[in-house]
Amino acid sequence: MDIETVANPKIIIKDLNFYYGNFRALKDINLSIAEKMVTAFIGPSGCGKSTLLRTFNRMYQLYPQQKATGEIMLDGENILDPKQDLNMLRAKIGMVFQKPTPFPMSIYDNIAFGVKLYENLSKHDMEARVEWALRKAALWGEVKDKLKQSGTGLSGGQQQRLCIARAIAVKPQILLLDEPTSALDPISTAHIEKLIDELKEDFTIVIVTHNMQQAARISDYTAYMYLGDLIELGETSSVFTNPKRKETEDYITGRFG
Amino acid sequence: MPMFSHEARLKRQAVFDLLFRSLTRVSAFAVLVLLAAIIVSLMVGSMPAIHAFGFGFLVSSDWDPVNDKFGALIPIIGTLITSGIALLIAIPVSFGIALFLTELSPRILRRPLGIAIELLAGIPSIIYGMWGLFIFAPLFADYVEPWINKHIGTLSYIGPFFSGPPMGIGMLTAGIILAIMVIPFIASVMRDVFDVVPTLLKESAYGLGATTWEVMWQVVLPYTKIGVAGGIMLGLGRALGETMAITFVIGNAHELSKSLLMPGNSISSALANEFTEAVGDLYTASLIELGLILFFITFVVLSIARYMLYKLGQREGQAS
Repeated sequence: MDIETVANPKIIIKDLNFYYGNFRALKDINLSIAEKMVTAFIGPSGCGKSTLLRTFNRMYQLYPQQKATGEIMLDGENILDPKQDLNMLRAKIGMVFQKPTPFPMSIYDNIAFGVKLYENLSKHDMEARVEWALRKAALWGEVKDKLKQSGTGLSGGQQQRLCIARAIAVKPQILLLDEPTSALDPISTAHIEKLIDELKEDFTIVIVTHNMQQAARISDYTAYMYLGDLIELGETSSVFTNPKRKETEDYITGRFG
Repeated sequence: MPMFSHEARLKRQAVFDLLFRSLTRVSAFAVLVLLAAIIVSLMVGSMPAIHAFGFGFLVSSDWDPVNDKFGALIPIIGTLITSGIALLIAIPVSFGIALFLTELSPRILRRPLGIAIELLAGIPSIIYGMWGLFIFAPLFADYVEPWINKHIGTLSYIGPFFSGPPMGIGMLTAGIILAIMVIPFIASVMRDVFDVVPTLLKESAYGLGATTWEVMWQVVLPYTKIGVAGGIMLGLGRALGETMAITFVIGNAHELSKSLLMPGNSISSALANEFTEAVGDLYTASLIELGLILFFITFVVLSIARYMLYKLGQREGQAS
């Protein structure tokens, strides 16, 4: 169906089903994610938007009773293939969570943590990489004099940008953002939204959000999900102004959800 | 008159309340009084030895009841070394247990394994001692100590610590039995503190592509380090004071030996063995002073443990 495809797909999902034990949380999802664009997943709580996001880096695999079937193709490789190297997959796909999660170490080490897992950089190169990541995350100016201080001492908004810097320091191709501003105040949220807009030049971004205005402000494509079904995917402007499906219209006009 | 009886009842309630409050306060202070009384009586009891030997008591290796010459060096060293060996073995094993229980174990196994570990803590120490003397020590003497002698005892530098007749009993055996006894304590504290690490924090590390080991070692352990240290200290406190199991397997010899395979003595087993046969004031006083030293060591260790756990609680309060 053409509503589920996009011009320049980075990720193509075919017949994806997801189970929490016996509960089927995603139902035959078919969807494409456009390269170097922002795709937002919206929908009421429990619709499966976070679950869908967590299949992209197979985070669900930490929990034995969760499983996914179907195909998620990234650069011609199926992410769900059991032979897929999880650590290499996660080097390509970074993730940022609902709450800031700085590691209990210095700001510098927070950024270097992921890089050290994959690359053996000299001290000089590592310093350059840390600065690069912090600049990309618009945090360099605020922390450049206290790189040795603990990451947990920053404000909530700074911590979340630290987490974004940590994710992009590994130089992934895709960034998964799971409600990244839900724990932040409006000013910090505005910072992060501006940042997302800049980051899409380099990264393919998928964001889950409760906030429809946020999806409208920052995304190029929007997918509306309900009870494990993908109801509609389209360019954000048309989904919000001229939705093709009645359910989507009900949701975005506030008649429901 | 109704007004009068109402006031009388209020007054009676106030009196009861006061009585009850005083009673609970007395109970609470009784603990402090007891603690102080024990310290004071230990000090009074050990006065003759303190007068006779002064600080020399701590560094002298004499233990000669016939000539009334006493020194605490051998039991102090024995206590510290057996506890040290115990921690050396117990810390990595406990870490493994806690790691498995919190991260790797199938959900079905978690509860039974956790309960089994707590049951291990409930076994009376005399049973560890009997098992150590009758089962473990002979096996250790027949199969392990000859191997240690042959392969480690011949090395330079550390060799002398691991050579000696394979008797089964000795400092090393005592340390190993102690390790088995403190593992349940350390492992269950570690499991509890690992359990409070936020899921999102671990997922963030996994999300960067870290392996389970990297997540545990570089994120979970630093996050919980104060609690883990507190758990280790609690285990150490138990190891230092453990008496029965050690008495069975340490050999109870007042000799200073380089080798861990040789018999030694610890403060608690010296007390358990010798009080009944202590004749003369100075002998008794010296034993009591040993007790005072042990009290002091465990008191310091447990205070440090409490303080660390308290700091952890404070930090968690801030984080939420």
